Amino acid sequence: MKPYIKHITEYYPEKKFSNNDFFIKFPELKSKEETLLKVGVLSRYIVDINVPASDLVFNAAEKLFNETNINRNDIDFLVFCSTEFDHYTPTTSSILQNRLKLSNSIGAIDVVSSCTGFVHSLSLVKGLIEANEFKNILLLCVSTLTKTFHKKDANSHFLFGDAATAILISNRVEDGIGKFVFGTDGGRSDYIIVRDGGGRNKLTEQSFLEEENEYGNTTCNANFFMNGTGVFLFGLKTVPKLIDEILFKNNTTFEEVDYFVFHQANKFLLKTLQKKLGIPDEKFVIHMENTGNTVAATIPIAFNSLMKNDKIKKGDKILIAAFGTGLTWGGTIIKY
Amino acid sequence: MVTLDEFTKNIEIELDDLESGTLTSDINYRDLEQWSSMYALIIIAYVDSEYNVTLTGDDLRSCNTVRDLYLLIKSRV
Repeated sequence: MKPYIKHITEYYPEKKFSNNDFFIKFPELKSKEETLLKVGVLSRYIVDINVPASDLVFNAAEKLFNETNINRNDIDFLVFCSTEFDHYTPTTSSILQNRLKLSNSIGAIDVVSSCTGFVHSLSLVKGLIEANEFKNILLLCVSTLTKTFHKKDANSHFLFGDAATAILISNRVEDGIGKFVFGTDGGRSDYIIVRDGGGRNKLTEQSFLEEENEYGNTTCNANFFMNGTGVFLFGLKTVPKLIDEILFKNNTTFEEVDYFVFHQANKFLLKTLQKKLGIPDEKFVIHMENTGNTVAATIPIAFNSLMKNDKIKKGDKILIAAFGTGLTWGGTIIKY
Repeated sequence: MVTLDEFTKNIEIELDDLESGTLTSDINYRDLEQWSSMYALIIIAYVDSEYNVTLTGDDLRSCNTVRDLYLLIKSRV
């Protein structure tokens, strides 16, 4: 039997942070509004600092059980993909197995991955189903990245939002998930990073020294940092090759793809890639206006926009491609 | 490659919220009120698409004016 994406559920924090709210917080940037809007975000959700990622994703999973007729006892495996965990140990997936009242006879693992998290996790899920004849796997992808932002880091506050997604992957006779392509370049691991506070660098007074970059954006080593131009160039150079490799590995032509769903990093980067690759508008999904870049949750959310609107039909081929933190990249072709 | 004047005009068009005539080949582009990291991305994307030349963040840092950028791109075309 072959794995396929059966259902996707989205769940967002209560607090909405609109562009109006943004310009109240950063009034000095009002004159740059038109330029900022090119990243394609009008509003995003921000998680409360006291709410862990596992709470958001727990609600997403409960919502999925309400929306589908899947019995909790029929879940064979749980994968929790995040960069925020309840404790140093045990795994958060173990805690979620219990909170979600899933069977004790299942495996549960945490996957630490960001922008490429959904693609990394989906490949593991595919392997688990094919190797073990599992019937239903619950994949939970969540991001609470906004908690890591420096209060003066306007660029990150504008671009990113928090979200949780629960994805039910079941099995069927026909193929549903193609072959995967991956890439990793740890030589550029400092392009997107929280430098201090992990195992490598402990938090010290130095960690909190503010640094303003050449564009007037501020952060510190205890908070999230992104080399925006470096990441943009990485996307511009890496994604076209990635698309070629995914098509080749899956013996599929560019024209045979019905939809292209990329990691919703930034609308300007997406439009630049669309133009470079020659993807027609009707095949290219941009879906981040009301959510922002939600890291590991962007592809499930964008993919779900096709599913919810009945835009896709059985047999359609959807190419998914992720890229970001690590730096990492990866993708495959989904057969709906 | 187009002339410096045409190149400057084209960059100004790409940075579409700039008033016509604001960008000249010899002003320091960092002095533009709207200068931001998004402007840097727009210039990188435009140069990649038009000239198949990769400008990096360091390139933008080492240049001050559109003339500097033009000469740098011209040397790489």
